This record gives sequence, structure tokens and C-alpha cells, in this order.
Amino acid sequence: MRAAALLLAAFAAAAFAQEAKRPSPLKPGPEFQSPDVRALQADDFANPGMLWVARGGELWRAPGANGKRCADCHGVDAVSMKGVSARHPRHDPSLGRLTDLSGRIDACRTRYQGGPALARESPDALALEAFVAHQSRGLPVKVSTEGPARAAFERGRALYFTRVGQLNLACTHCHDERWGRTLLAESISQGHATGWPAYRLEWQSLGSLHRRLRACFFGVRAQQPAAGSEDLLALELYLAGRAGGLAVEVPGVRR
Amino acid sequence: MSFEIVDSRVSACIAGFAASVLLFGCATTPLEQAPLGPPGDAVRGREVFVSREGGHCVLCHRVPGLAVAGDVGPALDGIGARLSPGEIRYRVADITRLNPEAAMPAFHRTEGLERVAPAYAGRPVLDARQVEDLVAYLGSLR
Ligand code: HEC
Ligand code: HEC
Repeated sequence: MRAAALLLAAFAAAAFAQEAKRPSPLKPGPEFQSPDVRALQADDFANPGMLWVARGGELWRAPGANGKRCADCHGVDAVSMKGVSARHPRHDPSLGRLTDLSGRIDACRTRYQGGPALARESPDALALEAFVAHQSRGLPVKVSTEGPARAAFERGRALYFTRVGQLNLACTHCHDERWGRTLLAESISQGHATGWPAYRLEWQSLGSLHRRLRACFFGVRAQQPAAGSEDLLALELYLAGRAGGLAVEVPGVRR
Repeated sequence: MSFEIVDSRVSACIAGFAASVLLFGCATTPLEQAPLGPPGDAVRGREVFVSREGGHCVLCHRVPGLAVAGDVGPALDGIGARLSPGEIRYRVADITRLNPEAAMPAFHRTEGLERVAPAYAGRPVLDARQVEDLVAYLGSLR
């Protein structure tokens, strides 16, 4: 009898722990950065990520392989890009699959500009992504996690709660349960992706969210999913759903 | 999709409580583990504690005499007075046996791990001697 009650209590606790949960109150990434790093991000003239945004603006106005420019379809001022990054990743009806912003930009390049696709993490890919995402700065993240996006969202959630690697830790252990604490000297954030692509001082470069996520997998000595893989897209969608309402802050600056 | 808002501390408490009721409610002695080899060396144990190639415990735990240390886990000052060597060994080898939700790696375990990077597959983070060295070091913190 007592054993049964204990077992029930244990199951209840386990089920409770598996629920989708998000940190409260929600805090964006910069709150976990040192004041000097925060100041760098806040000042457009000092933020090194703005160099990539500027370069992206040039690419926006440069002719593609077939002579067409992004600006020809979407306008030179790019105001049509406002909000686009806030709703990605998204199930794109024209592609028939989940895609992040970088994948969507690639689709435009190959379909409408006569290719070739930009390699993920290449300087031009990062510049264009930063330029487009920057148009959504200040807008709240709001992705669809229902309908055709549902399966990927569930996949991302499952991965977020799975212990991985030789160090046997899941994302949730650091970013839900221990945010605000320090790992050696580094403050652990709530793991929101609203600042990405971000300029990371450790990299001396702008880098993609997928690169950042790969670093977390590396940190727990786990196999690193490839950038652009279904695993990372699904995780990105889960993170975006979990960050719903926080403002886009691209280009972020991080340690 | 609506998210349930949970204060992380609340869920940690509930899980911790359930685990302690389950474990200590049924067991009469706290969980211990027998030595994995000959007695360890506390000086080497401290090296395992701080080094990146070792346990790198300092990422998460403060101990006396270290200027920089994390606080993801509890401070381990006086741990040797609170826990027996067997209890320390039990926690270092695989603390998830005590609390399935624990945010600490299982340092001497190879089974049931997922997606381990090839370079680390099939071997524990720490070998038997390193675990014994740590047990000796932590046991000396009184
Ligand atoms: C052992 C602890 C740990 C684990 C496990 C971990 N991370 Fe991280 N993560 C960090 C630290 C430390 C940073 C850098 C500081 C920060 O921004 O939080 C970071 C950064 C991030 C960021 C960037 C946040 C920002 O504001 O720029 C995201 C997103 C993220 N992690 C997601 C994840 C995901 C998804 C997983 C699981 C696949 C994961 N993390 C696993 C410790 C961890
Ligand atoms: C990524 C974080 C992390 C690392 C690395 C880590 N620990 Fe822990 N440790 C924790 C947490 C969190 C707890 C609390 C466990 C719980 O919630 O049940 C803990 C608990 C403990 C305890 C039990 C403390 C008590 O008062 O009962 C011991 C002993 C311990 N750790 C030793 C070590 C040693 C030795 C190492 C390195 C070989 C290490 N830890 C590495 C996070 C960590």
C-alpha cells in the first residue's frame, strides 16, 4: 500500500518534470552578460554585429546569379522583412517543410536568383541573415507550434529534455533549472535564441544559433548535430516557442 | 501551445522530496558504494577536482581555497564531515541514482548514455583511480 503510494508520487513528480515549462520571469540573454558586453550590444556604433548587418544590406541590393536582387522582390528599404525573423522557424508552405531564416533565404537564392546556395556559416549567409533579422529588432517572437509545425516542436521539446553526452546533461538542467547560476565564471542564461545570429567575443565573429547550440552539445561531450539538421531546426523551434513574447535583439553580443 | 509557468525551484523541490521519500523512506541506511580500488590520494584528488581533463568539478562546486568556482551545485566545504567515503563515492559515480533529476554528470558510468561523442564513447568520465582520489580529497574537507 505504502509502496504503491510512493510509486504514484514518484510518477506524478516525473510527469510534472516532463511538462513543457518555461522560466519565470522570462529574461533575455543580455541580462546574463557583463555590463560591458551589454553596452556593446546596445550601441549600434560599437556593436560589431552591425558590420555584418551593413554587409547584408549590400548583398540585399546586389544582383544574384540571374541579375535579380533581393531588393527587386522585397523592396530596397526591406521594411517588408519586419517580423519575418520573429515568426521563424516556420513550416513554409511553399517549401513543404520546417525552415529557419537561413534556410528561407537560401530558398530565395536558389529559386529566384539562380543559385547557388550559400553555405551555412559563410560570411555572406550570416550577413544576409543578420540584415533580415535586424529588421525585426524589438518585435516579439511569435512562432506557430501547431498544425504542420507540431511534430517538429515535439521533437525539439523531447531533445531539450534528453540527457545527452558523456556528461549526461540535458538543456533543461542548465537553462530551466539553473539559470542565473555560474558555470565556473560564466553566468547561465535561460537559453533564449532572440539575439542570434550574434557576435561572440570568444569567436571574434558573428555566428549562427546552430553554431551556439553545437557548442552546448560539445560542452556535454555529445555528438554535435550538423548545422541545419532536423534536430537543430526542431530545437530552434522549441526554443522560439519557449521564448514567445521576448523581443528579437539581433545582432546580439555575447561573451 | 501554452506553457505552464513553473518556478524552477518549486519543481526541483518536488522532485527532490519525492526522491528522498522514495529512497530514505524505504532504505534504513543512506546509500553508499564500496571502493572501486585501492585507497586514493587526496593531493591527486584535488587535481582531478580542478583540472579540465579530470572531473572539472570546479565548474559547478566551490571548495575552500579556490578563487574562481561555479555554483551550479552546492558548495562542498565540510563535505567530508557530512558524508562517509561510501556516500561520496556513490554520488560521484552516478548521482542520478539518488536524484533522477540531478543536474550533475554521472562520472563513473558508461551504460544508458545517449549520443555520446565518439571520442568519449564507451568510457566513463573518470576511471576508478580518479574516483578514489576524489573520495580521498573530498573526505579530507572537514
Ligand atoms: C552544462 C550546462 C549547459 C547545458 C547542458 C546546455 N547549455 Fe546552453 N549554454 C550554457 C552556457 C554556459 C551558455 C553561455 C551563456 C549563456 O548565454 O547562457 C549557453 C548558451 C546557450 C544559448 C545562447 C543564449 C543567449 O542568450 O545567447 C542557447 C540558445 C542555449 N545555450 C541553448 C541550449 C540548448 C538547446 C541545450 C541542449 C541541447 C543547451 N543549451 C545545453 C550552458 C549549457
Ligand atoms: C554540471 C554541474 C556539476 C558538475 C560538473 C559537478 N557537480 Fe556535483 N553536484 C551538482 C549538483 C546540481 C548537485 C546537487 C544534486 C542534486 O540536486 O541532487 C551536486 C551534488 C554533489 C555532491 C553531493 C553534495 C551533498 O551535499 O550531498 C557531491 C559530493 C558532488 N556533487 C561532487 C562532485 C564532484 C566530485 C564532481 C566532479 C568529479 C562534481 N560534483 C561535478 C552539479 C555538478
